[in-house]
Amino acid sequence: MTISLNVNGISQTVEITDGNTPLLWVIRDLLDLKGTKFGCGKAACGACTLHIDGEAVRSCSYPVKLAKGKTITTIEGLGNEENPHPVQQAWMEEIVPQCGYCQPGFMMATAALLDKIPEPTDADIDRNIINVCRCGTYYRMRKAIHKAAELSKSIETVKSENDA
Amino acid sequence: MPNNKKKISRRKFLVRGGLGTVGVVAIGSYIFRNPIRRQILGMANSMDMAYMGDTGNPMLWFEITKENSILLHSPKVEMGQGTFTSLAQMAADELEVPMHLIQVVHATTATGNIDGMSTGGSTSVSGLWQPLREMAATLREMLTLEAAKKLALQPKDLVLDKGTITGGNKTLTYAQIAEGVSEWDVPETPTLKSLKDYKYIGKPIPRVDLGAKVFGDPIFGMDATMPNMLYGTVVRPTKIGAIFEGADISQAEKMPGVVKIVQEPDFVGVVATSLTAAENAKNNISVTWKTPNNLNTEDIVAMMTVGNGKSTIIQKEGSALDEEEEEVVSLEFRSPIGAHAQIEPNGVLASVEGTRATIKIATQVIGLTRKEVAERLELDEENVNVIPTYLGGGFGRRLHTPHAIQAAVMSKAVGQPVKYFFTRQEEFQHDMFRPPTHHILKGKLNNEGLLEGLEHHFVSGDVGNNSAMIPSLLPTVLGADIGAIRGGFIQYTKIPNLRSTYWHVTLPFATSWWRSLGLLANTFAMESFIDAMAVKAGKNPVDFRLAQIEDDAAGKRLKAVIQAASDKANYQDDIKEGRAMGFAASVDAGTPCAQVAEISIENGAIKVHKVTCAMDPGVAVNPDQVRAQCEGAIIMGLSAAMHEQMYVEDGTLKPTIYGPYQMALMKHAPKEIDIVLLQGRDTPGAVGEPPLGPIGAAIANAVFRLSGKRLQEMPLKLV
Repeated sequence: MTISLNVNGISQTVEITDGNTPLLWVIRDLLDLKGTKFGCGKAACGACTLHIDGEAVRSCSYPVKLAKGKTITTIEGLGNEENPHPVQQAWMEEIVPQCGYCQPGFMMATAALLDKIPEPTDADIDRNIINVCRCGTYYRMRKAIHKAAELSKSIETVKSENDA
Repeated sequence: MPNNKKKISRRKFLVRGGLGTVGVVAIGSYIFRNPIRRQILGMANSMDMAYMGDTGNPMLWFEITKENSILLHSPKVEMGQGTFTSLAQMAADELEVPMHLIQVVHATTATGNIDGMSTGGSTSVSGLWQPLREMAATLREMLTLEAAKKLALQPKDLVLDKGTITGGNKTLTYAQIAEGVSEWDVPETPTLKSLKDYKYIGKPIPRVDLGAKVFGDPIFGMDATMPNMLYGTVVRPTKIGAIFEGADISQAEKMPGVVKIVQEPDFVGVVATSLTAAENAKNNISVTWKTPNNLNTEDIVAMMTVGNGKSTIIQKEGSALDEEEEEVVSLEFRSPIGAHAQIEPNGVLASVEGTRATIKIATQVIGLTRKEVAERLELDEENVNVIPTYLGGGFGRRLHTPHAIQAAVMSKAVGQPVKYFFTRQEEFQHDMFRPPTHHILKGKLNNEGLLEGLEHHFVSGDVGNNSAMIPSLLPTVLGADIGAIRGGFIQYTKIPNLRSTYWHVTLPFATSWWRSLGLLANTFAMESFIDAMAVKAGKNPVDFRLAQIEDDAAGKRLKAVIQAASDKANYQDDIKEGRAMGFAASVDAGTPCAQVAEISIENGAIKVHKVTCAMDPGVAVNPDQVRAQCEGAIIMGLSAAMHEQMYVEDGTLKPTIYGPYQMALMKHAPKEIDIVLLQGRDTPGAVGEPPLGPIGAAIANAVFRLSGKRLQEMPLKLV
């Protein structure tokens, strides 16, 4: 079957025999975007988190056929070295990653959280950020999430001042 | 040979009756007397491992690019511990170049500069401290000599700055100096700079891999690709000890996308054009397994009981306690089977062409991976190039890589590169688990309320004994498992009568290295007991500890971290606003560490609010990353101590997925972690594992103060 989807602002068309193939493998193996990770294949760890129409989704358990016509953002589309997303900026300022494997999933989950709750409390973070990190970077992640909220806020302030 | 057995009554300590279908028999006791063995075991306690790779040739370590950056070929792999950053700092300082000019890459077996042993044991930075700085300084002097030739000046007239050498009015970059040189003058090993003159060593430099990890670069084993790559998978049993007896592949080989079903005497694998096709075909192979047992957790617990197996006394001072005496207090402790649960599954990409093989893999044992592939495929080792990738977590799991052999066999069978990785279920069922343990602690107080005698008797499954990495002779020579005994030594050296006895039991499933090895469980047991004895003596647990440590060099450092943690946390023995503190300390690989956990109990659940940690790793090459290791170890240790547990049901290891295998999440991590670093020696010591020691006992000791319950089993639960 042919599936058209928008990934990181680029329209893509993929040919796939099995429409139940998880979106994760289409992103990784057919579109060669390796930043979205395989951890468990059962939506239990969150390493494969990306955005579908702005919502955080665990792509290892999301059949590609459901992604037809949707807008997908992966870690590669969140930001880049020249123009990092506030979450990525905060992650660098707090030097969060250790092994780094789970981090794209956490950053994608955090970016989606900040869209909904721009200034999350610790309780908001505990409720919403439920991915698994084995290196134990949670302590720095929490600091980075608060920092990302601050950075986003200051960007918003600059934007609205410019608009005015 | 004196018989130690009557000192520990098996009848008394066997928790449950039957031994299940796989029996473990006590084969008599063995008092450990050989002084050479005792010395080796002493080394295991204060382990400072030297680097065992090639330290004779800077050209194996460094490469100068045309753009004047310097590639540092790291013999150690980066698995999150921050080694690449520390190595870059060491090289930059002695090479006299700024940090951004150093690019750290994994050495491949083709470049020759690989560690002969492994990346593990918290030895990477400490082991490379001397050789790497010497190599860098030697290269710097070689460049200086060459620059002097090129500029027709004396070396003393040259100035080195930021990757350039200036003499007279001319400046050459290192790249310009090195260009076209085939014969180098190699000087005597230069004198290294003194610590205070370093610009980067000792500073909290951001990780060199930060950008790659924040922007999702394809740096991991799972991300490796090759042209014409196919996907492989191997059928694995779900039952413990199952033996492959053959497979019916008639259905699977007809399935779409299947390239070949690879049948070997010891496994059957599928090679297909996509991962989904490979998995589908695998599910349609019916394998005949011979399953020798139907074990349950209680069978494992019965096997793992002090008195079973073979014992070795690893520490002995004075005389043994007489357990008939009323004043002798005894407590038992247990730790469960633990999984590595690293998020990146084990995986490998293998390409075999004729007499050559290329293996891209996240491995902690580059040399062993190569050797095992070469042996199975009957290739020359030098024709097998292992290209290590970044590791999505190591924690000891990647000290075993037999999947590299299977991928290479499959690649050879189809004549194309094959990528193969574990499913999460396979990760959990075919882990090389942290072995369960059982501990019996005995102690007796004197009239002053200090310990007159202390004994630690413990049993553990294999750690080092089961590893192809360890020379097979070593366990026999030692009589003790070098991994299981980590943290098993009593550090309260003023106590006149000490015994630590290790009992060895091999379980019917594989157990092996897990970050910090025996340290986590041994410290949980010993430091919980020390706390119990302090309570019995009516003493503050900090003072109780300090009073029983000798003032030798190691003792002074241990006392310093105990004092520092107590001061920083403002340790209090009483309950305040529903919160209590617990204290624990340990020494691992020569690094002392003390921690205070501050907890409350909410709806019957233990909540850890704050952990204070004082550690003395010697020189912290990168203090920020030393802190990161402390934070990570505290959270991983908390996870293991409070949440994690594998169990065995009808011959099957469970659970097989995150969630049911409970681990610490964001909500469980302490919101405050306060770290104090001391520098009690002028070289770097172990960092990655030592801070895993105290956390379990620190939490359990806090629970005792709050609830009066002495928790004796991990995971720590109140109900």
